[in-house]
Amino acid sequence: MQPVIQTHNLTRRFGGTVAVDGLTLEVYAGEVFGFLGHNGAGKTTTVRLLNGVLLPSSGSARVLDLDPVKDGPALRRRVGVLPETPSLDERLTARENLRIYADLYGVPADQVPRRIEALLETFELTDRADDLVGGYSKGMKQRLALARALLHEPELLFLDEPTAGLDPMAARRVRGMIARLSRETGRTVFLCTHNLAEAQRLCDRVAVLEHGRLLAVGTPAELAHRLWRGLCLEVELVPATAPTALDLLRRVSQDGEVEWREPVAIVRLPNREAIPDLVTALVEAGVRLYRVTPQEPTLEDVYFALHGGEEVPT
Amino acid sequence: MNWRAVKAIVRKDLIVVARSRGVLLPLILVPAIILVVLPALVVLAPTATGLPTTSLDDMKRFMAAMPPGLQAKLAGLDDAQRWTVLALVYFLAPLYLIIPLMVSSVIAADSFAGEKERKTLEALLYTPTTDGELFLGKLLSAWLPAVGVALGGFVLYGLVANLTAWPVMGRLLFPNGMWLVLVIWVAPAVAGLGLGTMVLISGRVRGFQEAYQLGGAVVLPLVLLVVGQAAGVLYFSTGLVLLLGLLLWGVDAALLWWGKRTFRRGELIARL
Repeated sequence: MQPVIQTHNLTRRFGGTVAVDGLTLEVYAGEVFGFLGHNGAGKTTTVRLLNGVLLPSSGSARVLDLDPVKDGPALRRRVGVLPETPSLDERLTARENLRIYADLYGVPADQVPRRIEALLETFELTDRADDLVGGYSKGMKQRLALARALLHEPELLFLDEPTAGLDPMAARRVRGMIARLSRETGRTVFLCTHNLAEAQRLCDRVAVLEHGRLLAVGTPAELAHRLWRGLCLEVELVPATAPTALDLLRRVSQDGEVEWREPVAIVRLPNREAIPDLVTALVEAGVRLYRVTPQEPTLEDVYFALHGGEEVPT
Repeated sequence: MNWRAVKAIVRKDLIVVARSRGVLLPLILVPAIILVVLPALVVLAPTATGLPTTSLDDMKRFMAAMPPGLQAKLAGLDDAQRWTVLALVYFLAPLYLIIPLMVSSVIAADSFAGEKERKTLEALLYTPTTDGELFLGKLLSAWLPAVGVALGGFVLYGLVANLTAWPVMGRLLFPNGMWLVLVIWVAPAVAGLGLGTMVLISGRVRGFQEAYQLGGAVVLPLVLLVVGQAAGVLYFSTGLVLLLGLLLWGVDAALLWWGKRTFRRGELIARL
């Protein structure tokens, strides 16, 4: 499959600080690609480099088969960006904001009114379309900025912290819209976020960045598999049968250890296929169970493990 | 050149300015004072207070020190008429130039530095416009209104000056050749001076107020012209005004060339 974004050793320095350090990655058509990292990890700088807004210190990138350095304007015509701050003119109305950006993006003049109305409708802003944006809530501004990013029907969408600073309700609404965008239009989405639950929910693959360096790329499951062998299993026991159970669990445990958080035992197995045999063995040994739950590591577990082993799952 | 995008930038900036009281207020007040209040006061005050201008020794000394060319232009006029012509045609001319300078400075400060302050620049930098189109759009959004206000201001000034001077002169004072050169040749150049200065300053400041305060120094050359005329060092004549315009266009070209060099996406976004 031809990548939509391809970078090779992409590097950007600001004086002595390396904001993006030898970034090499590929993003494929139609996927929601999560770009994760703490604040200052280099996510926004990468978006700027990939849009030809900032020039790299070294390395190269191809986006939609164009070179951001040489073909910036042509590339930006095919790409939509939601910056970290909505970057809306608050002294203009929503409709005026969209109208001006339609002209800036070269949307065919005869299509402008129809597209604006459709986007206002989609992002539930029609009722307030003629109000000054200065009076909007953060969530409304974010939705309008998202509408603006889609005005020229881009093939690729960069979303930089789309839910940062939003209340849970507004964040959920924006996330729903992003999910629909990818599902219904098949657009490639490059999502910068430090919200791991959001990335887990929305992204097909993720890349984890730290101090401008790429730590890992893959699906959350792939990354977990790379970090931890086997599977974590929670077994909730009737306490009276716990000694027998713990003895048996220790024998089947991959590392010979069992963590006991009464009444739950946590054990690491080589794979899912080992679960039925374990349950049979426990029952045959007279152990009584309330619950057996395989624990897939979350993206949060993966993320913290990659960032130096903090909060690694048991 | 993508003119549709350039026009969109101009339109956006002008709507934003029109909706900002802090920006709009000086754009209305200063021209009103210079073009209406001041000429009316200068001509009407001596009559209204009954103070005969001929009794002013300073005035007589001043007129005696005028260059022969100017004295010839005032020959045959009585003292009240001389005062009216000197005030309306010559003394207020450099003050008139403050208007395009101020309008272009205020709008450019809002357009360049204000955009940075309001955090609206980033979205603009992600559009397919080239650096040149962005720069041109920003320049025109400050320069066109400055020239427009200068032209409209001249018409207004002409009306006020002719009306107030009519009882003294009994004829029309405006338009005259020197003022036409001033309006068509010098005022646009002065607008460019304010604009060019603000482009250079805006890259180094955080917001509108800072830019405007720093850029205020650009009015000093005009103050020197006012003082120069009042001190009898120079007089606005068609030749001088033509030369002044030429000099200003040269300075504009240098400022804008330098401004264009610094107006690069990469540098602008790195400073956000």
